[in-house]
Amino acid sequence: MRWLRTSRSGHGAVLAGLVATWLILYRINESLWETVLFGWLGLAPEERLSETLRFFFYDSVKIALLLSGIIFVVTVMRSYLSVERTRALLAGRREGIGNVLAGLLGVITPFCSCSAVPAFIGFLAAGIPLGVTMSFLIASPMVNEVAIGLLFSLFGWRITLIYISSGLVIAILAGWVLGRLQLERWVESFVYETKLHGAALDGSLALTFDQRLQMGAEEVTSILRQIWPYLLVGIGVGALIHGWVPTNFFATYAGPRNPFGVLVAVGIGIPLYSNAAGVMPMVQALHDKGLPMGTVLAFMMSVVALSLPELILLRRVLKPPLLVAFFSVTGLGIVLIGYLFNALLP
Amino acid sequence: MDIKILGSGCKKCITLEDRARKGAAELGLETTIESVHDPVAIAGYGVMRTPALVIDERVVVAGRVPAVEEVRSLLLQASRA
Repeated sequence: MRWLRTSRSGHGAVLAGLVATWLILYRINESLWETVLFGWLGLAPEERLSETLRFFFYDSVKIALLLSGIIFVVTVMRSYLSVERTRALLAGRREGIGNVLAGLLGVITPFCSCSAVPAFIGFLAAGIPLGVTMSFLIASPMVNEVAIGLLFSLFGWRITLIYISSGLVIAILAGWVLGRLQLERWVESFVYETKLHGAALDGSLALTFDQRLQMGAEEVTSILRQIWPYLLVGIGVGALIHGWVPTNFFATYAGPRNPFGVLVAVGIGIPLYSNAAGVMPMVQALHDKGLPMGTVLAFMMSVVALSLPELILLRRVLKPPLLVAFFSVTGLGIVLIGYLFNALLP
Repeated sequence: MDIKILGSGCKKCITLEDRARKGAAELGLETTIESVHDPVAIAGYGVMRTPALVIDERVVVAGRVPAVEEVRSLLLQASRA
């Protein structure tokens, strides 16, 4: 993104050009692949293989475009927020209100689970209750801003609202329950003894708009570079499901009435480690073939919110009983949400 | 000058380290550059979002990767102080 740094005067024009290119690509994506595959290459549209290929190419470009747009906008908006400010807002809150606020802030605060441990220590050292800290740590990956954007583009606002609110409810309640259980003795003791030297530096302050735009552009390239293999595998699996799994397959074998559907989905989802971007094409294809929405959401949440690498990271600060409690309370919440929405949504 | 890069070893931390190295070389500064991966040590600096750039034990940037020019001016400031 060197041009973003060098052309100081023409940023508005560059941005406008990018937005226009984005819109055109998004618009022509579908007809482009139909022309290439069915027109130029002469594939028969009704054949499974050609339909699978069409889905793969069309969806790859679509998801890549959506992701670039969403990540850019979210990063620029989030550059006005920071973990430091979130912590200041949470300091001195009681449990209950604190949990609600922590959940909400967890959604909008710029945060990556690779910083979970320093943030955990920073929160507790600032006197924020354990349960409130947990609400933040659960909400942050669970209600993922990229997932929100993708869900909105693919499934509409109703499902998106359901996703956000149910994720928040899980984070708030799970944090509250963990706080009520008085598990402080299962936090590694050095956490409470950590002395913070020096004032915390707020990364969101004193940035120029240019710097924020540049952060957005760098975030897009860095995330896409990092996740493209997951993305292609996810879209590939999605394309195979789309082309080869019979319609209503899941409605027959794992429909809303199947009592094990959600459990199996969460059981498969926890060890799978991917991000919202990688799992979404699969989720879309599964839902198209009749997997009920509650099961789909539960699967997605378990993939995104609970993972082995996170478990290993958190082991540094949490003793095994608390770690188990954290994972089971969150997992249980996801399962309950899955059943609830299978019962409520048609 | 003593430079530390705080981070879990993610992509961004490596980018930041590269830029710090580049900036210091361009300015011809005598520096030692060290990566701090230990999350507990990172928390000790009061940093809650990585990567972070520490010059002579002072956190100058946290939670983002500054452009090379910005790194250079931060190093320049610190070298004059």
